[in-house]
Amino acid sequence: MKAFTRITARVAPLDRANIDTDAIIPKQFLKSIQRAGFGPYLFDEWRYLDHGEPGMDCTDRPLNPEFVLNQPLFAEARILLTRENFGCGSSREHAPWALEDFGIRAIIAPSFADIFYNNCFKNGILPIVLDAKTVDELFTLAGSGHDLTIDLELQTIATQDGRVIPFEIDASRKHRLLHGLDDIALTLQHRAQIEAYEARRRSAAPWLFPDTVPT
Amino acid sequence: MTAKTLYDKIWNDHLVLAEDDGSALIYIDRQLIHEVTSPQAFEGLRLSGRKPWRRSANLAVPDHNVPTTDRQAGISDPISRLQVETLDRNCAEFGITEFAMSDIRQGVVHVMGPEQGATLPGMTIVCGDSHTSTHGAFGALAFGIGTSEVEHVLATQCLVQRKAKNMRVAVEGTLQPGLTAKDVILAIIGRLGTAGGTGYTIEFTGSVIRDLSMEGRMTVCNMAIEAGARAGLIAVDATTVNYLTNRPFAPKGALWDQAVAAWAHLHSDDGAHFDAEVEIRAEDIRPQVTWGTSPEMVLPIDGRVPDPNAEADATRRAGIQRALDYMGLKPGTPLTDVAVDKVFIGSCTNGRIEDLRAAAAVVQGRQRASNVRLALVVPGSGLVKEQAEREGLDRIFREAGFEWREPGCSMCLAMNADRLEPGERCASTSNRNFEGRQGYGGRTHLVSPAMAAAAAVHGHFVDITRL
Repeated sequence: MKAFTRITARVAPLDRANIDTDAIIPKQFLKSIQRAGFGPYLFDEWRYLDHGEPGMDCTDRPLNPEFVLNQPLFAEARILLTRENFGCGSSREHAPWALEDFGIRAIIAPSFADIFYNNCFKNGILPIVLDAKTVDELFTLAGSGHDLTIDLELQTIATQDGRVIPFEIDASRKHRLLHGLDDIALTLQHRAQIEAYEARRRSAAPWLFPDTVPT
Repeated sequence: MTAKTLYDKIWNDHLVLAEDDGSALIYIDRQLIHEVTSPQAFEGLRLSGRKPWRRSANLAVPDHNVPTTDRQAGISDPISRLQVETLDRNCAEFGITEFAMSDIRQGVVHVMGPEQGATLPGMTIVCGDSHTSTHGAFGALAFGIGTSEVEHVLATQCLVQRKAKNMRVAVEGTLQPGLTAKDVILAIIGRLGTAGGTGYTIEFTGSVIRDLSMEGRMTVCNMAIEAGARAGLIAVDATTVNYLTNRPFAPKGALWDQAVAAWAHLHSDDGAHFDAEVEIRAEDIRPQVTWGTSPEMVLPIDGRVPDPNAEADATRRAGIQRALDYMGLKPGTPLTDVAVDKVFIGSCTNGRIEDLRAAAAVVQGRQRASNVRLALVVPGSGLVKEQAEREGLDRIFREAGFEWREPGCSMCLAMNADRLEPGERCASTSNRNFEGRQGYGGRTHLVSPAMAAAAAVHGHFVDITRL
């Protein structure tokens, strides 16, 4: 997994609540069996004025000039600032894949949907929860083009005018993200405990471990 | 011993390892797999040279991409076809049981699992699909995961999780005739909001929930995620046990007796602590219709399209205005004046036999309204379809000018050929009314199967309790 340590980048204000994963990456792009290449279709229905299909070359598609990521001020944005319940809806990991492929490395919001929040960490994206008032203040800054420095080790966001905003993150997620660790390899270090659990469970609830299953 | 919630009990039963920082390794009893969120997980296994930890814990079915028209011709969209064939190949390579597209047992993954008895009380169940919450109807802890976690479960049979908080939503009283589980859950989402359940596992209790069939309970738990809760739960009782008796994957003989005895503890203890509690009176619930682009944007059928100017909060006001613009609705319009172009009956929310019976009861002897271009009935599985045909429901739908299709996710999310065209308005029994969900520019109103059927024959929304 990709590590996240510290970035300084432009923040793009996406001023909507309840942005769902269908908006982040529409369903027609979920037909891909690859993990990469979703970036050009990020926010497809908002970003372009035409209807996108998988495999489409996006370089000549008509852009929606109103959409924040299409504005020159935010073209290089690597941080997304948004409202409550970002990433609600489906469990599709294609949403963080698309954000990551586009270049987004951190998302700041008052709240996130649980599955999306979890999926971000698997893809080197840092989701940061801040109180609604601080998010409001960042929206005021962000509108005119502003760079933020996010330091995961210190758990701080620094604005260009010197304000330092602390944020919370749980220790194990922070550790895994800082070092870009492979979650599966970490879990397999506990192989003996998993096997011991299975043995206990098999004797307590043998119907969960049938010898044969219908085919 | 302290009193525990149902969620506490299932969590404790699956704890492999608890870390100091509150994260835990929990064991997963069942993983359901479909074609959209699994290809990259299998590829990950191959790249790292890993094998599935316990093959028989997995069960796969293609559902999102499958055509609902004649299957003899295969899938015409080459990208969809490749995704379904990739699932077939991956299941064959890794030795995982799959009900392929041609199998009578094929269907929407959340219809198929319970129908097969692959969903059992007390299990932990995951799937790369947010509507995995459906299986909580059986007193199983079931939740959606991303593709990285699908791979993680394949490789380790475990997941790293943090325990959620406990919420109880009690629905007490007696529902008016004609009201269904769908109206109950939409009313709950209207009350909680689309993020009201975030961070919680919701246990649904109360006389209304106890009186629901398993199909109805699945409808309720299915949409827990639309209130933000990854998992919904309902205590195990005789209804649960009766439903599972003799299902193909359910235990048999002495093992069945042992299992049923063990399941008796799958309820919250008296005095168990809930971090949040909500009570809803059944008498207050009216047939529900969503008017906007989030499931929380829902009103009783007697309601009128809301006025954004009446909302004080600026973000919410802008959200309402954007939703009305997208939906092409004017503030103050009675919901019964809203005409529909298409009707979709199906999905993991409402594609089960009871749902089709409820819709057919409204349709019988009537005709699809002339302004309704398409009324689509998509059974949740091949076995649901077969049962419905035995009961003659397909004839009722066909004679009324409805289309009777093959099972799959279909127009719930329009990954196959079934979709809305830009600007088309749909009465849908599915679970999400997000922008573009049923097709680019499509406008979705979520309703119960009976309400969808009534909209199809009247051409606009009607109050099912006044028919």
